[in-house]
Amino acid sequence: MPSFKKCFNIRSRDFIHAGEASIAVQQLLKQMHVDSNLIRRIAICGYEGEMNVVMHGGDGLFCVEIDKNKIVLNISDDGQGIKDIAKVMEKGFSTATDEYREMGFGAGMGLPNMEKNADNMIIESENENGTTVQMTFFTKSA
Amino acid sequence: MKASDLAKEFKLTVVAGKDGLEREISGGHCGDLLSEVMANAPIGCVWLTIQIHQNIVAVALLKEMAAIILTGGNVPDAETCAKADEEGIPIMLSSLRSYEIAGRLYNVGVGRER
Repeated sequence: MPSFKKCFNIRSRDFIHAGEASIAVQQLLKQMHVDSNLIRRIAICGYEGEMNVVMHGGDGLFCVEIDKNKIVLNISDDGQGIKDIAKVMEKGFSTATDEYREMGFGAGMGLPNMEKNADNMIIESENENGTTVQMTFFTKSA
Repeated sequence: MKASDLAKEFKLTVVAGKDGLEREISGGHCGDLLSEVMANAPIGCVWLTIQIHQNIVAVALLKEMAAIILTGGNVPDAETCAKADEEGIPIMLSSLRSYEIAGRLYNVGVGRER
């Protein structure tokens, strides 16, 4: 199967469309008959990553790349970046505002959930210079 | 049991997503923290929450839920209803708290076989 890539735009603070990129990728993977458990893991990672961009990042890009042996989610934004990556990986740590917490976000579970559900996760970020999160999912057991 | 059966049995007001009322319900989940729901809600479940904003429809779709019950007399935003109608995710309202409605659902067998 040739490699296939598709990208979606994410807009900062756009709660109306937040989640749509993840839903589109979920539908795409279903059409491609990807294993349903794997689709569920990718849906969790995609949603958490997408909401992070909407709430904390700037505008962003949500890309899925489907290969023979793996699926890669690459979620990037041009926002404020992450000052201390080790800190944001701690369960329960969040910089969400009270408004977001009232909406049920900001539990400090997003990034830990992503790390748990991805086979590999890499975060690259520079203060004031955006963030890129790349998550890899292997479609065949090694 | 279907979402429409729950609506009838527990006198829930269906405010959106009527197209999805015949979907079979295979479990239940209570939760207001969206990350917790994303992590733990079972597919095909009915979700009890007090969150009313439209992002709950995205969560329901991604978790392949059967329906949402807004508890404690909470009423969804107009945008939430529009989105739920578009996607066929039933939103039903109850004046009972999540704990009480969850107990009643459990009593009729929802989420017992897992």
